[in-house]
Amino acid sequence: MNSSAHTKIDPRIVLRAEDVWKSYDDGAISVLKGVAFEVIEGQTVALCGPSGCGKSTLLHLFGGLDFPEQGRVSVNGAEVNRRRNLLHLLRHEVGFVFQLHNLIPDLTLEENCLIPTVAAGIDRRTAQTRIHLLAKRTGLTHRLGHRIQKLSGGERQRTALCRALMNRPKILLADEPTGSLDEQSSGAVFDLLLEIVATEGVTLVMATHDRGLAARCDRLLEMHDGRIHEPVSA
Amino acid sequence: MIFLKLIVTNLLRHRIRSIISVAGIAFSVAAMLTVVTILQGAIGMFSGILSSDSEIIVFERNVSDLFFSNVPAAALEEISSWPSVVHADPVLFGVVSSSDHPIITCFGVTAADARIRKAVWIAGDKLDFGQHSDDVVLGERAAEFLGAKLDDHVPIGHGIFHVIGILKTANGFEDGGVFMPLSAAQSFFHKEGTSSVITIKLRNKDDAALFKTMVREKFTNLIALEDAEFTRSYSQFRILKATAWAVGGCGLLLGGFGVANTMIMSVFTRIREIAILRVNGFSGLQIAVMIFGESAAVSLVGAVFGLLTGSCLLYALKLVPALHGYVDVTLQPVVMLIVILLALITGIAGALYPAAYAMRIRAVEALRFE
Repeated sequence: MNSSAHTKIDPRIVLRAEDVWKSYDDGAISVLKGVAFEVIEGQTVALCGPSGCGKSTLLHLFGGLDFPEQGRVSVNGAEVNRRRNLLHLLRHEVGFVFQLHNLIPDLTLEENCLIPTVAAGIDRRTAQTRIHLLAKRTGLTHRLGHRIQKLSGGERQRTALCRALMNRPKILLADEPTGSLDEQSSGAVFDLLLEIVATEGVTLVMATHDRGLAARCDRLLEMHDGRIHEPVSA
Repeated sequence: MIFLKLIVTNLLRHRIRSIISVAGIAFSVAAMLTVVTILQGAIGMFSGILSSDSEIIVFERNVSDLFFSNVPAAALEEISSWPSVVHADPVLFGVVSSSDHPIITCFGVTAADARIRKAVWIAGDKLDFGQHSDDVVLGERAAEFLGAKLDDHVPIGHGIFHVIGILKTANGFEDGGVFMPLSAAQSFFHKEGTSSVITIKLRNKDDAALFKTMVREKFTNLIALEDAEFTRSYSQFRILKATAWAVGGCGLLLGGFGVANTMIMSVFTRIREIAILRVNGFSGLQIAVMIFGESAAVSLVGAVFGLLTGSCLLYALKLVPALHGYVDVTLQPVVMLIVILLALITGIAGALYPAAYAMRIRAVEALRFE
């Protein structure tokens, strides 16, 4: 997996971590210790591991929300660092779904989903077409005008999924996307997630504790002691 | 649209806080508007006294106040004889007090003065003015607060004067003032042979520049200014205007602190929300614009309410008899515009730190810690 081992980089690789190190509290808590892996376009990848093992941190690094202390993180072939256009990365290249839906409660479902399009300056008509398409795919059309407080947990998470996909990113970074839902809702949301990433041709990297869900992804990566291990059976 | 809704939503989310901020700006704007308008009204009235049927005012150069100006009778005599002058009216200003009123303005004028000729006489006859040295004519309000009627004898300063007439005028200073024959006023104020100013009516207004040059050349200690020029340059007016704006500005500054407090609280209580916006592609600038938008909305609403409150207050003050003629409730568009602009600037200045703070919020930290 180390980049030095490659003479030519596979153009299908959309996410790449090379010897990534990251710690908190001035080095007191070392979270990532030389993480290295690649994700090919269209793959669904599950990151499993105990709490605090660095799954979320890794997703944040791919999204440009944080930067490694050592090593390289690349998205679509370009390194994610302070010199990169991080706004473009967040607006067009990656979408985030979190464990908590992180929706703005005073806005409607539709308005929440339109936020990324406002940020990116996408015209209203295009944005409306897109939200109606995504709402149809996620079964939320009848809820478009409803405020977030009126939605169920599953509906909120589906809304967060729609919002993440509004600007047609090709990479979806999902941090425990079903972690706050009951088993039934969790399964339903995950089914939808897999269906929609397949339809949209999106690469999915998902941090999860749920090994049942993780097993349904193309790859399962185990995180232990700040490193990644890919089980042979995955 | 969503951007606007984000702004409005946040203001509505904390209604009481927003209302308090709006009220702060509104009261500041109302105070500024009231003080500035009253003062401008007062300045306008004073200018009105000077520009009554005249275009130019001549007074002593480099005096801080017209009350200290001394224009010699010889200057009056010569200027009156210039062909370009229709009439030159000397006016002597003085201030006296009575038992209940510490300040009563006295005008020493001649019978030919426009203030006497063109005034509405409620009682008495203008032809009687200037016949005796102890005769005075009172403005309507002065007659009211001195409790004087026609033919009464009233104590003014150290003298007793015979009331031979009562004038009605829209000018507050004149309405609350006392008109004396010039010679009597000169004697009363120990300014024999001088007047405070000479107001000049020219045959042709276009001769104003020539007239001013002639005054400068003939009388080195005197200065001639056109009315508008005088209003602009008179140091007392400038001090008054500066004071009014400074007092109003202080009020607005306090309102600005209110907005700053609201905006800081607004940012602190939704750090996570701002982080979500960042994750969804909002730039630091877009976040700042949102914060500035909120403060601008508060300031604008506050300014509108302030203008309404200030106008009501001015109308109410106009109804107070003691202030009759002093309050000009005509809101000047320029003043309104300046007040709104100042309120906006205050609001935006108040949002500077909160906006800078919001721009620096790191999404990764805000999302990690609830």
